[in-house]
Amino acid sequence: MHKVKVYITLRESVLDPQGAAVQQSLHSLTYNEVSDVRVGKYIELTIEDTDRDLDQLVKEMCEKLLANTVIESYRYDVEEVITR
Amino acid sequence: MKFAVIVFPGSNCDVDMYHAIKDALGEEVEYVWHSTENLDQYDGILLPGGFSYGDYLRSGAIARFSNVMAEVVKAAQAGKPVLGVCNGFQILLEAGLLPGAMRRNEGLKFICRNVGLKVENNQSMFTSGYELHETVTIPVAHGEGNYYCDAETLAELKRDNRILFTYDGENPNGSLEQIAGITNEQGNVLGMMPHPERAVDSLLGSKDGLKIFQSIVKNWRESHVITA
Repeated sequence: MHKVKVYITLRESVLDPQGAAVQQSLHSLTYNEVSDVRVGKYIELTIEDTDRDLDQLVKEMCEKLLANTVIESYRYDVEEVITR
Repeated sequence: MKFAVIVFPGSNCDVDMYHAIKDALGEEVEYVWHSTENLDQYDGILLPGGFSYGDYLRSGAIARFSNVMAEVVKAAQAGKPVLGVCNGFQILLEAGLLPGAMRRNEGLKFICRNVGLKVENNQSMFTSGYELHETVTIPVAHGEGNYYCDAETLAELKRDNRILFTYDGENPNGSLEQIAGITNEQGNVLGMMPHPERAVDSLLGSKDGLKIFQSIVKNWRESHVITA
């Protein structure tokens, strides 16, 4: 079994209105060191052992449903879950 | 002409759309549940606004995998008029029937008010009833109507006159080039954020939206003349 952690953010080239608002708010809290904020999504998938290629599977899921690649980019980490 | 109003779990402008077709336009219309697997009997397909599947993940992202969407694609390929309003537009984008994507409104607020729209192209099956560059009043009601596409797509949209409506004057949501409504390459699929179905009677504050539906019917009648 694997735990897959998917991180989705707006692409670099796409203006992030939420990130901009959060950055402004951080500045008003005097955290002027913050030069950029990108707000994204975090999705955790628990995937049972399968004969299918895990990377292939996760990429497919990301591109079909989890991310909209017109405006979003994604990355993911895979952790093996040891079960007794 | 017989219209289908596609109803997803979470659609909430389906009744307005039905009313616009039945009472204001005077054409046949039926509600069609999202699990339907055949749209052959309908001449026009309407995807109403709302919050399909609670807007979970992204607006329209889950609805676009409904059974009925394969049929909507089929209808679009067959050249039938397909109109997606607000959440309907977002579903058409997610389904890839229209290019681009929606971001959160620039001001992060849900906006719900009348806006001025400029008719950028009146040579389409949806806008033939308008004057070119006419300004019309139609309400918007959305939190994610900030249209985005890449530069290449934008150039194509402009070159082929596929931008039918832009916001006149102030940009309410940050949309690229003030874009409010676009069509597919063939010109028979229109997605727009403003709600023409809410502007079909002076009593509602405006009847400027009615011409979209009238244009669809006029075009359909002209191309379906019985030649006996």
